[in-house]
Amino acid sequence: MSERNRAGIRLVDWFVWSGATLFLAYGLVCEAVAATSSPAAVFGEECGVCHVAYPGNLMQPADWSKVLGSLDRHYGVDASLDPQMLAVVASHLRATPAATKVGDKSQTLPRITTSSWFRKEHDEVSAKAWSSPAVKSAANCSACHPGAERGDFDEHSIRIPGEGHHEHDRED
Amino acid sequence: MRITLSTIAALFLSGAVHAETPASLLRSYAGEAAAASRPYAGPSTSAGDRFFHQQHKDWSCASCHTPDPRRGGSHAVTGKTIQPLAPSVNPARFQDRAKADKWFKRNCNDTVGRECTAVEKADVLAYLISLGGAK
Repeated sequence: MSERNRAGIRLVDWFVWSGATLFLAYGLVCEAVAATSSPAAVFGEECGVCHVAYPGNLMQPADWSKVLGSLDRHYGVDASLDPQMLAVVASHLRATPAATKVGDKSQTLPRITTSSWFRKEHDEVSAKAWSSPAVKSAANCSACHPGAERGDFDEHSIRIPGEGHHEHDRED
Repeated sequence: MRITLSTIAALFLSGAVHAETPASLLRSYAGEAAAASRPYAGPSTSAGDRFFHQQHKDWSCASCHTPDPRRGGSHAVTGKTIQPLAPSVNPARFQDRAKADKWFKRNCNDTVGRECTAVEKADVLAYLISLGGAK
């Protein structure tokens, strides 16, 4: 084999190995990124795909355990997760600050929206607003709280469909 | 050199394991259907069409996905916006086995009252793939 042919083969080999190395590195980076998705991101993705990813401090840890323990019967729909995802979601909720809100103890499956603190916070919302098609359900936080997806429930940014800004805004 | 090439082929194949397409997912469900029910004639677009529109208990698939899966819908209970299901108009659909399994499990339990069989999943997916672009 001539020296020129050998040089050609070496060049091809170099390109092939470089390509393989880059491909492998890309695969490893992708795997690493997927594996290191933070529990908060997984919680946002898995729970936020159907409703606002409710902040963990809106219920007691025991209430969240009940919710996570019956995801196959989740307020009328099956929201089951595979065991790995469930463990990550649970770890996110365990890591959020302990709830200061008192939940409704009378039900098997707790609801944020029937707790006494929720009712007190929302006692000035009219029946007309609750029944508005844009609201549909008290669980639909983002109908009136535009920042709910980000965990922002600031009173000054409240907009009630058909009624405009919340009264707190007009006081400023 | 031969070793190098086979290494690369192996690397490409291992990388491809994670990426699904609607067609590869259909092959996978059809393979499970063939293993579970013999004789199996393969996925049926018309059976998938019937299953999708059939009223089971309270709901059909179409209750939330609308009778035309090329259109977006909204969830009958939660009101959640649902993007179109047909891959021809929504390329994000059926790209991930775990995600497809998760939603088949949930939605079949809600709609049919049990998990769907591999035959049913293959039929529905064949029907969805058969739909062209939006009307």
